[in-house]
Amino acid sequence: MTLNPQLNKDGALKHLLTIDGLPRAILTHILDTAEGFVSVSEQEVKKVPLLRGKAIFNLFFEPSTRTRTTFEIAAKRLSADVINLNINASSQSKGETLLDTVDNLAAMQADMFVVRHAQSGAAHMIARHVAPHIHVVNAGDGRHAHPTQGLLDMFTIRKYKGEFHNLRVAIVGDLLHSRVARSQIHALTTLGVPEVRVIAPKTLLPTGVEQMGVHVYHEMAKGLKDVDVVIMLRLQNERMRGALLPSAQEYFKYYGLTPDKLALARPDAIVMHPGPMNRGVEIDSAVADGKQSVILPQVTYGIAVRMAVMSILAGN
Amino acid sequence: MKIHIKNGRLIDPKHGVDTRADLFIAAGKIAATGSAPAGFQASHVIDASNCIVCPGLVDLAARLREPGFEYKATLESEMNAACAGGITSLACPPDTDPPLDEPGLVEMLKFRAMNLNQARVYPVGAMTQKLEGARLTEMAELRDAGCVGFSQADAPITDTQVLVRALEYAATFGFTVWLRPQDAYLAKGGVAHDGFVATRLGLPAIPTSAETVALATILLLARETGARVHLCRLSAAESLAMVRTAKAAGLNVSCDVGINHVHLSETDIGYFDTNYHLVPPLRGLRDRDAIRAALADGTVDALCSDHTPVDEDGKQMPFGESEPGATGLELLLPLTLKWARESGTPLSQALACITHQPAHILGLDTGHLAIGHAADICVFDPEATWKVEPGVLKSQGKNTPFLGYEMQGKVHATLVDGHVVFEAGKNGPGQR
Repeated sequence: MTLNPQLNKDGALKHLLTIDGLPRAILTHILDTAEGFVSVSEQEVKKVPLLRGKAIFNLFFEPSTRTRTTFEIAAKRLSADVINLNINASSQSKGETLLDTVDNLAAMQADMFVVRHAQSGAAHMIARHVAPHIHVVNAGDGRHAHPTQGLLDMFTIRKYKGEFHNLRVAIVGDLLHSRVARSQIHALTTLGVPEVRVIAPKTLLPTGVEQMGVHVYHEMAKGLKDVDVVIMLRLQNERMRGALLPSAQEYFKYYGLTPDKLALARPDAIVMHPGPMNRGVEIDSAVADGKQSVILPQVTYGIAVRMAVMSILAGN
Repeated sequence: MKIHIKNGRLIDPKHGVDTRADLFIAAGKIAATGSAPAGFQASHVIDASNCIVCPGLVDLAARLREPGFEYKATLESEMNAACAGGITSLACPPDTDPPLDEPGLVEMLKFRAMNLNQARVYPVGAMTQKLEGARLTEMAELRDAGCVGFSQADAPITDTQVLVRALEYAATFGFTVWLRPQDAYLAKGGVAHDGFVATRLGLPAIPTSAETVALATILLLARETGARVHLCRLSAAESLAMVRTAKAAGLNVSCDVGINHVHLSETDIGYFDTNYHLVPPLRGLRDRDAIRAALADGTVDALCSDHTPVDEDGKQMPFGESEPGATGLELLLPLTLKWARESGTPLSQALACITHQPAHILGLDTGHLAIGHAADICVFDPEATWKVEPGVLKSQGKNTPFLGYEMQGKVHATLVDGHVVFEAGKNGPGQR
């Protein structure tokens, strides 16, 4: 199985599973399409009829509020029928297999599955399994990918910076466990960002991350110098228990984004975070709420980007 | 029954034989090569034109799934697969359910296998009770019941004091201890090699140090205790270098590698293909190349199928939740031949890795074609091709990374103790 499973034989997007391996033209098309949907969210009647009659199932095998809600809003603004399923609380806990669950929902005439799962590759597996007319959007699988988050981050960067080809971008934090970071790196490198930096202690960096086209830094002072974009990653509390870090306090001291550290970046640098934030762990409130923060616009743009993805996949 | 295998190319790696000669079998033993013994009247003739006649294959790692996992495979289905693959002797690891930690279980397995009258089955007993790594099994009793060695299968002993005791106790009786080196903590939670592919796919990873750290411990303790150790399924370049050094220093160790690891690497996982979820994980290209080099220079003593039939449900899951393992009995020979062709290794040397060398590790005087010895024979056509498809495989496990591949080298006939247990066109892949 060597063909890119998310493209059809004509090279068009059939599923959105990962940004890894997607052509730049497809990423740009999604971002351009999203531009048109930003205004829909600003209208009094926030709806277009593009996916009227389509059934979109949000299959969340892992808890989520923000992502699921933005997918739901995006689908509703496209006039689709949306069904939210918190699978952990139902079929899976009764022993049904993942593919049995998918088969049952497909039998309910689903047109699209938006899937979140704790295991890397779950969305790929579902995409391989479903009938050809069903589209799969990966809403986060294990540590692997969160492509719509990566795309909304690119949309935000483009909004504030205009171009990609002249940027320095730093991603800070737990890259080892982060599906968001992987998607961001693939998106940034595909869109032509010449210098992507990652900043973390060695315990939070996956093996061979340099091969993804990034420069590795272990010190904020060096890694943040003159960057245009700072992307902070969420640090999950359980990482403290796994001997990856000694304490949240030490982590914040050395890797938390404070106004002092942000001052090392370019004066017009923007600060991003995929949320939800741990204030005082990876980011200082003064930065999170400061004038360089674009964290809330990221959320807003997330709806437009997800509308773009859904309309491109199922709009025809 | 008297059998005449005619017109074949006879290869017996142990005795350096590679010649075109007929083979004559009587009373279950090899009666003669070349010319028929006086008065020999064959009751069955096998035409081995275009074929190689070699000792029956000896496989050091074949999970037959009985007892406990009959829904994945049965003794009967896997013995059929072994015979179709030219395998006449196989060792089965103790990780059944319950594990092979009591003489009664071993005797039952031997009895059931014997009644099937196909390949010879050599159980490897559990080193610790329930494979829990805490209390030693009755190794001597287990040996009397038929165990050829003692192993923890894929359940490493985390308590090194228990490991030392197990090695000492085994050394007391001269038993071989079979160990797959893996540090349980370094490997914890991992499902793929700790390299770029796991990083890109976001798969929890197992570093090579999980193998080398455990291997270093085993080698040091083997030296200290004088135990004879067979190292199973090595996967990393550094491990092979360590074994090479240990052997040169005179340590009493041997090792094997799994046939999948000779051909595949982490990059083959592609888009989370669970057929490539194996234990140990497929490692980097450098490791794969080191395995091939170590086979060529004799550091690796044996190639094994690491046969682990997995049912479809076990593979139809996200990669990290899927069950590791692949079917391999019917692929051991063609994949060995593939390695030999690709590496330019002489056929006789390649066959040694799946005949007398693994037999030596088992402590058996088999895997060769001496006159008067039991007639365990494999007759195969080295040029014939066949496609690996679920319907062709006799094993109940249909999952292998090589599904859909064209294989070169097809078994024509298999004999155990002078009995034909497989003949293509009658019950083998050749007729399909």
